[in-house]
Amino acid sequence: MTTMPKMNRRTFIISTAAIGGGLALGLRLPFGPGVVRAADGSPEVNAWVVIRPDDTVVIRVARSEMGQGTITGLAQLVTEELECDWSKVTTEYPTPGQSVARKRVWGPFSTGGSRGIRTSHDYVRQGGATARLMLIQAAANEWNVPASECSASNSVITHGPSGRTTTYGKVAEAAARLTPPKDVKLKDPKDWKIAGKPVKRLDTLDKLTGKQVFGFDLKLPGMLNAAIKECPVFGGKVKSFDAAKVSGMKGVKKVVQVGDTAVAVVADTWWRAKTALDALPVVWDEGPNAKVSSATIADVLRAGLDAEQAFVGNRSGDARAALSAAAKKVEAVYSYPFQNHACMEPMNATARYTPDKCEVWVPTQDGEGSFAAVLRASGLPAEKCEVYKINLGGGFGRRGAFQDYVTQAVQIAKQLPGTPVKLLWSREEDMAQGRYHPVMQCKLTGGLDADNNLSGLHMRLSGQSILASVRPHILEKQKGRDPATFQGVADSGEHAFGYTIPNLLVDHAMRNTHVPPGFWRGVNINQNCIFLECFMDELAHAAGQDALEFRRKLLGKHPRNLAVLNAVAERAGWGRPAPEGIHRGLAHMKAFNSYVAACVEISVSGGNKVKIHRIVCATDTSYAVNPAQIERQIAGSFVYGLSALFFQECTVKNGRIEQTNFDSYNSMRIAQMPKVESIIMPSGGAVWGGVGEPTICVAAPAVINAFFRATGKRIRSFPLKNHDIELV
Amino acid sequence: MIKLTVNGKTYETDAEPDTPLLWVIREQVGLTGTKYGCGIAQCGSCTVHIDGAAVRSCAIPASAAAGKKITTIEGLASGEVLHKVQQAWLDHDVPQCGYCQAGMIMAVAALLKDKPKPTDADIDATITNICRCGTFQQVREAIHAVAKA
Repeated sequence: MTTMPKMNRRTFIISTAAIGGGLALGLRLPFGPGVVRAADGSPEVNAWVVIRPDDTVVIRVARSEMGQGTITGLAQLVTEELECDWSKVTTEYPTPGQSVARKRVWGPFSTGGSRGIRTSHDYVRQGGATARLMLIQAAANEWNVPASECSASNSVITHGPSGRTTTYGKVAEAAARLTPPKDVKLKDPKDWKIAGKPVKRLDTLDKLTGKQVFGFDLKLPGMLNAAIKECPVFGGKVKSFDAAKVSGMKGVKKVVQVGDTAVAVVADTWWRAKTALDALPVVWDEGPNAKVSSATIADVLRAGLDAEQAFVGNRSGDARAALSAAAKKVEAVYSYPFQNHACMEPMNATARYTPDKCEVWVPTQDGEGSFAAVLRASGLPAEKCEVYKINLGGGFGRRGAFQDYVTQAVQIAKQLPGTPVKLLWSREEDMAQGRYHPVMQCKLTGGLDADNNLSGLHMRLSGQSILASVRPHILEKQKGRDPATFQGVADSGEHAFGYTIPNLLVDHAMRNTHVPPGFWRGVNINQNCIFLECFMDELAHAAGQDALEFRRKLLGKHPRNLAVLNAVAERAGWGRPAPEGIHRGLAHMKAFNSYVAACVEISVSGGNKVKIHRIVCATDTSYAVNPAQIERQIAGSFVYGLSALFFQECTVKNGRIEQTNFDSYNSMRIAQMPKVESIIMPSGGAVWGGVGEPTICVAAPAVINAFFRATGKRIRSFPLKNHDIELV
Repeated sequence: MIKLTVNGKTYETDAEPDTPLLWVIREQVGLTGTKYGCGIAQCGSCTVHIDGAAVRSCAIPASAAAGKKITTIEGLASGEVLHKVQQAWLDHDVPQCGYCQAGMIMAVAALLKDKPKPTDADIDATITNICRCGTFQQVREAIHAVAKA
């Protein structure tokens, strides 16, 4: 056995504070073969499982918890295979530095694209199963009996023939020294006891008492606070600022430039930093983007609707020929705005820099992405950098691919070596410096033949590419095309188009703007589902057919789309008369390898006051690791998606975002939210579907379609507040 | 210099009197359960009780709370025994990310003190906190569960 150097007490306290009271991040690698230990000395059976002598099981997972329940779900999966006592399970995050040092043993840290469970279930279950076999083997060795005569359940190992028992805590030390078995067989999900069950989340209690430490709650000895302002025109720079005007203000320690684009005030408290920042005279070099407005952007996109050149995302037959030959042609143009994630916890990160070490504490959807940002900004090698992940006060895609606040925190901390500095954005800064839901317009042209069958569809997207801005290397491989633009309408894969139409063309005229786009919960399915599913209703109407029946005819080869659509239609009573004044709307899509459908019931009074009475949603996620958490993600998706539909738009004037806070960028309240009835209908198979994002895309089109039935008005641009439509 | 009574303890702070109460609670008193979400009394993440009433602490100066009884989320439970709203939140697994929940719980605790059996309309009129995760369904269920208990 190798003994590990003990962490000094100060490091231990900081580490526990950083992860909200969990086990310290004191993992140390042995200098040769031997047992890897957690900071408290407990042995690591493998990377996923640490067992303490009191039988507490610490499950380590790399994905981030931001409210979506992933940590609980992953712990359920490990527990299922480990056969440990669920009441003794706790979780912790490994650090990205540890992961890098151990050849990424925990897999990717990135927590986005609804991947938290669906792309890590296999290796975390393997981790649990492997640990179980090692624990059983250790007990068998101690008893000098064959492991095949022993079994494990609830953290107790039993030798069948003799009835002898021991616990995981007692044999963990010996188990940790064994060679892990290979090719471990996993349980059939039919036999799950903890996974698949609506168990309570593991992380609730501290959220009720104020104990949970979010990023901006962090306290470190000697810490200072920073408030920042970046050039409000994207692409602009700092020209000058007059630090002397504020450096004498109470609590102010330093006024610093941050990169080329921002200034920050560092003070003893954040409020004093912000007060001084507000008083700091700054001159910006706003650059040519200062001329851009929402109207100029819309003009550029509109031109793309009829442009010659476009990237093809999905093609079958000859859509143009089918449309020319159609007995009836239907055409419509839709548009979707920029939107901010508006996480409840504004962006923040805490950094401490010395030439020998740069440490960052940050609520992040991607610990490794944060780590990379620390390396770049600090200029230090990996072994001198570390990132401590903190649970997030909302992520929704803002805190993954973009680590701008981490870079800023390090840039500030470098100017105060040795002093920890906590950078917190104001809400106004958060609204001004988003990574926005991309803007998109779409012209749809559909052709009906003489029998009112849909013979052709052309869907021309025109607008912004996220990947062109964020992952240009993907575009290079695709000859300039952004495959993600076609989410939900793609020719195959996890976002495959859900209909069979004989002549189909989906193409994209890429029109990028200076406003930085980002992955916003659901990403490109949000607009694509509105475009497609609202237009399907328009086509059904033109064909004089029921919206459900019209869709069903095109769903023969899409049984799982059809199944979720049928499920909501049946539950909501589609085809039977709705109560007086109530109108229904439908939508469905395949997204993130799950199939989702919604049917909503609304009433409209005074022509513009929408009341949503009922939402029925079905989802086929292949497997349902925690149905209670899936229900919560479904309900939450409607709050997020309907807030966007009714209220949310970031408009551009003089190159900058006009909305500044929740008074100009509203979000739904409890009064506006009806009960959501969830139908969780996992149908199994080899590929697992995601949960956090898919449902969001069906929220808006179902309501828009119901609004048409109620009023006869087709709304094709958003948010609805721009049409004086209110949510009551 | 400003003196505040928070959760039964008196704190003398060096905060400027016009500093919003939220920031004095967080930065001078050192209780970080009360959250910042907007700074303009829109979202309710910063809700505390002042003399028993729910107040959005980001939008009032600390001086306005001097001499009054301030309760934050850290002071809601009685020692180790959770307040009935916290217990209902635990029983119904209400929080998702949890960031807004301290403010939500404080708002609901104040509502239930005034109206122990609130109707849905009472909830709609009183609980106007923003939750971006969208926990409203569980919030409503948990409120009714407390009222029934």
